[in-house]
Amino acid sequence: MEIPKSFLGYKRENGRAGTRNHVIILPVDDISNACAEAVANNIKGTIALPHSYGRLQFGADLELHFRTMIGTGSNPNVAAVIVIGIEPKWTKRIVDGIAKTGKPVEGFHIERTGDIGTVMKASKKAQEFVMWASEKQREECPLSDLWISVKCGESDTTSGLASNPTVGNLMDKLEPLGVHLCFGETSELTGAETVCAKRGATPEASKKFMKTWSAYNNFILKEATDDLSESQPTAGNIAGGLTTIEEKAFGNFQKIGSCKFIDVLEPAETPTKGKGLYFMDTSSAAAECVTLQAAGGFNIHLFPTGQGNIVGNPIEPVIKLTANPLTVKSMGEHIDCDVSKILSREMNLSEAGDELIKITIKVANGRLTCAEALGHKEFVMTKLYRSA
Amino acid sequence: MSQTDLIIHNEKDNVAVVVIEKTSKNQECTGWIMENDKTINIKSINEIPLGHKIALQDLKEGDTILKYGHDIGKVVKSIKKGAHVHVHNVKTKKW
Repeated sequence: MEIPKSFLGYKRENGRAGTRNHVIILPVDDISNACAEAVANNIKGTIALPHSYGRLQFGADLELHFRTMIGTGSNPNVAAVIVIGIEPKWTKRIVDGIAKTGKPVEGFHIERTGDIGTVMKASKKAQEFVMWASEKQREECPLSDLWISVKCGESDTTSGLASNPTVGNLMDKLEPLGVHLCFGETSELTGAETVCAKRGATPEASKKFMKTWSAYNNFILKEATDDLSESQPTAGNIAGGLTTIEEKAFGNFQKIGSCKFIDVLEPAETPTKGKGLYFMDTSSAAAECVTLQAAGGFNIHLFPTGQGNIVGNPIEPVIKLTANPLTVKSMGEHIDCDVSKILSREMNLSEAGDELIKITIKVANGRLTCAEALGHKEFVMTKLYRSA
Repeated sequence: MSQTDLIIHNEKDNVAVVVIEKTSKNQECTGWIMENDKTINIKSINEIPLGHKIALQDLKEGDTILKYGHDIGKVVKSIKKGAHVHVHNVKTKKW
C-alpha cells in the first residue's frame, strides 16, 4: 500500500497540528470542577475536564500535576483554553504555561467572586473562544505532524498474537516518515525489561530505561503486601488466557515492532529530541496512561485490546483494534479496526498494519472514533503519593 | 491450507495458543509456527478456550514455560502434553 503523505489537521500557532479542535474548560483543582462543568454546560461545543486532585500536593507530585495540566492545555488538539482554579497563583501558573504555545487561554479564580460570578465571567470568554475556534478549517498537514501514542488494555493472548503486532507493523511503516511515537506502561514491561532495554537507540536511552523500570519495581516491592498477582495480570487478562506478567509483557512489547526508542520521558513530559519512538514512564492503567501521553503532546492514540477495554480521552482520539473474534462479535460498537482475520490466517500482519494506517488517517482527518461517539472522556490524573 | 487451531510464536516455545472458539477433548489440532511457517499436530486432552494455552510437551514442576522464545514463568504442577496451561499450573517468576 502507498502510505498517504498528508492528513487534514488544524494548524496551531506553535507549528504543531491538531487532529481535533477542542475548546476546553480546565479546572486546576477538584473543588473547581463544578464551575468548569457549569461553563461547559452554558457554552455549547466546549468540554470540561473534571478530575480529582490539585490541592495540597507537593514536590514531584505537584510538578507532575502542573505538567499534566499545562500539557493538556498545550496539546495541538486543543484550540483554546479556559482555566478555572480556586486560587489565583496556581491558576496563573497554568495559564502562563499554556500561553507559551501562543493559543488563546484565560484564567479565572473563584476566591472573592464565588461560583456564580466566575461562571458568568468564564462563560463569556468561553463563548468568544468557541466561536473563534469554530472558524478554523482543516488544512493539509504532512504525516510527520502526527504524534501517535500507543497503550493496550484488557489484553489477552490475541493481543500478543495479532493486535499488538499490528500496531508494531504500523510503527515500522510510519517511523521512517518522521512521525513521533510513544509507548509506556512501565509495570507491564516487567519480565521483558532486559529485552526492552536492548531496544534503546543509544546506550544512554537503554540505561535510562533500566533506571526508570528499576525505580518502579522497587516501589512495587516496597508497597506490595503480597505480590501483584491480584492486579497483574488482571482478572480480564486471565480470563483471556494470559497467565503471568512476563507473558503479558512480551505481548505488550510487540506494539513497538522493530523500532528503537530514542529517549525515556517522565510522565506527561513533551519529547524534545525530534521524530522517532519514545518510552514514557506511565502507569499501565488505561485512562492514566492515555491522559499522560496526551499531556505529552500526542495527538492520536492506538489502543489494541483483547477482551474489550472501552477507554477514551477528552482531547486525544483513541482508536481501538482487536484480534479477538468474540470481542468483535459481543462489543463491536467499541472496535474501530477488526484484525481478527489474522488468527484464521485470512489476513497477514502487513495487511492488518495497512488497514490500521488507513483508519488512523481517517480519524486524524476527523472521523469520530467509537469511544468519541460513545462519549468516553476519561481524564485521570496520575498521583505519585499522598498530599500534605 | 487446513484450519489453524493453534498458533505458536517461536520454534523454541513449549506452549501454543488456541485460536478457535475452543478445542474439544481428544481433538487433533493443527498448529502454525509463526516464526518459520511450519505446521505441527497435537491432540488436545482438555477442552481449552480461545486464547488459552496448550502444552506442546510433557512439563514437570520447576520447568520454564517458553513463549515468544522467552521465559514467561515456571511450572508449579506437572503438565501433560496436550493439556491446558494456565494459572492452575504455571506461576510468574517475578514479584
